[in-house]
Amino acid sequence: MTNDEIRSFIDNAIKENRVMLFMKGTPQQPACGFSMRASGALNALGVKYAALDILPDPRIRQELSDLSGWPTIPQLFVDGELVGGSDIVMEMFESGELAGLLGVEQPEEGEPAEPEQPVGQRPIGLENRLN
Amino acid sequence: MPRAEELRERIEQALPGAQVTVQDTTGGGDHFRAEVVSDRFEGLSRIQQHKLIYDVFGDEVGGAIHALSIKTVTPSPAGDGR
Repeated sequence: MTNDEIRSFIDNAIKENRVMLFMKGTPQQPACGFSMRASGALNALGVKYAALDILPDPRIRQELSDLSGWPTIPQLFVDGELVGGSDIVMEMFESGELAGLLGVEQPEEGEPAEPEQPVGQRPIGLENRLN
Repeated sequence: MPRAEELRERIEQALPGAQVTVQDTTGGGDHFRAEVVSDRFEGLSRIQQHKLIYDVFGDEVGGAIHALSIKTVTPSPAGDGR
């Protein structure tokens, strides 16, 4: 696959999926604590979303960041627009803004599927599986 | 190796007058959390606010700085509960 093909694949993924999450690993098996929190928030809201694992080819991340101007992973797009990375997604999840943006009910408990825990206390190794 | 103190100074230089705290979240010198209070954020979206901070470090984010978690706050009479 050429870089241009990767770029247009990413571009299409953003256009064709109303809620598009680029992450390390998959929603079933996130490979990074930050990606886990972002997909956990979407799971807790019960929205349908598409997710793309950026790890299989380092050029995916390169092209994505060139396109979005955002340097880190995860990246959440809604209606073709970059919403943010894990910090912004979690802030908006906790405030209820994300539910509003996605047109769903805020869960009663207001808790993400993945309990909040300072990054420093996470098991070492999980989030270090960088390419 | 980047250190929390160095990151704090660089953010303060880029955003004069900002109140900045930077934590090394793992103690390993490569995962950081920055909280920045600055009136420069006024009128900017969250995306734009966070980009202002990422831009201070350019390619280092994702490189020597593996992870940079950001919280931005615009000073206002209402505050944000902190």
